[in-house]
Amino acid sequence: MIEVENLNKSFGDVQVLKGITTSFEKGKTNLIIGQSGSGKTVFMKCLLGLVVPDKGTISYDGRMFSKLTVKEKRNLRQDMGMVFQGSALFDSMTVEENVMFPMDMFTKQSRSEMEDRVNIVLKRVNLIDAHKKYPAEISGGMQKRVAIARAIVMNPKYLFCDEPNSGLDPNTAILIDNLIQEITKEFDIITVINSHDMNSVMEIGEKIIFLKNGIKEWEGTNKEIFKTDNKAITDFVYSSELFKKVRQMYIEERD
Amino acid sequence: MNYISSIGSYSIMVWEVFKKPTKWSIMKSLILKEIDELIYGSMGIVIFISVFIGGVVAIQTALNLTNPLIPKDLIGFATRQSVILEFAPTFTSIIMAGKVGSYITSSIGTMRVTEQIDALEVMGVNSLNYLVFPKIIAMLFYPFVIAISMYVGIFGGLIANSLGNYSTSTEFIQGIQLDFIPFHVTYSFIKSVVFAFIIATIPSFHGYYMEGGALDVGKASTTSFVWTSVVIIITNFVLTQLLLG
Repeated sequence: MIEVENLNKSFGDVQVLKGITTSFEKGKTNLIIGQSGSGKTVFMKCLLGLVVPDKGTISYDGRMFSKLTVKEKRNLRQDMGMVFQGSALFDSMTVEENVMFPMDMFTKQSRSEMEDRVNIVLKRVNLIDAHKKYPAEISGGMQKRVAIARAIVMNPKYLFCDEPNSGLDPNTAILIDNLIQEITKEFDIITVINSHDMNSVMEIGEKIIFLKNGIKEWEGTNKEIFKTDNKAITDFVYSSELFKKVRQMYIEERD
Repeated sequence: MNYISSIGSYSIMVWEVFKKPTKWSIMKSLILKEIDELIYGSMGIVIFISVFIGGVVAIQTALNLTNPLIPKDLIGFATRQSVILEFAPTFTSIIMAGKVGSYITSSIGTMRVTEQIDALEVMGVNSLNYLVFPKIIAMLFYPFVIAISMYVGIFGGLIANSLGNYSTSTEFIQGIQLDFIPFHVTYSFIKSVVFAFIIATIPSFHGYYMEGGALDVGKASTTSFVWTSVVIIITNFVLTQLLLG
């Protein structure tokens, strides 16, 4: 479990995160949602240890990040997988080399062992014929799948995804969402996703945290989101006409 | 205050580069790749510039020798001194600051913009060691480039001298051998090692700490060229005073 306690972060005079307390459980897809500038990315960077919070604590299965030694932090990072918004694949490496990179860097496995593992994870993300291609030669959806493959190749305990659907068409976005959820269940890991895609919220949001101006405004599941009377989240969720109609249908059905 | 802060950040960056080394099997291939890119890839432009600079120095010296009492072997002597002491190490380094420096800033800057550096950090890789250390090691071969630049520059002077009939080849070669002080070559190599470190690290600093998007990568490359050139010129002055003064 990842436990976050009273997390605060400021940049100059601007307080980006204001006393966030929450937890993320194993085997669940946790979504952090909110408008642009609400503090989602800073929150995720704090979770990853890329940004040091001013106040508050983050614990990974009881290990408080701020109290770990450099070596312990390095070991913990090897338990983390991250899918970046723009995939962040290494341009100069092929798909195979990108996925193999963490193993090559941190394990003593032989080349054939690493190739076998790469084949397994690429097959798992439904990428079979792209081993020798460079990131520039494959589509955005395929790049996302390579990024997911790279993130899970070391069997991480914690998977973080920053807007995994951005720039993808609706069909591919749903495929990526489902893939992330399947992987979460299959490997029994803690998955934290930054998103403002409402389809993702409805599809895979087993736990949703809504941030507004750096404050945790609401927390619940994708089922509870329909029932909430919290104005901030209803304004956010039902900002599109489609979801307004869905809510109307839900209310009519309920009544 | 910004300058002081930047100098501080640069010093910290250099310190971080040498901490937590990357696995040797990976580092070895990175170093070889950088040698190919930074050293071997620069040979063409260095040879081209050196030949013509050497030729121009010989012609300029010959055209200014109007007094018949001054021996003709001075053309070879002046070409050798100019090329070995300044043109090969300093002029070539300014060119390299443009060619290699821009490449380093833009490649690292693009990695920053596309979150590839964040990806390295999340994986637990010391991104500064992974990205900058191989460039520093590759640039240790820079004195070889300067040695070739010296040789080719003087050879360019010889060709220009012969084509222009300013003196005989024998007189030019006698001039090259005249009052030769081996320490001048050592001085030139010392300078080139220091310049190599500057060319590897200042552009890396500008690329690594850049913020913004694609347009800012271009701006960072320009800024890095300006600062690398400024630091090379100041360092050249200080080293000349220390070693020859």
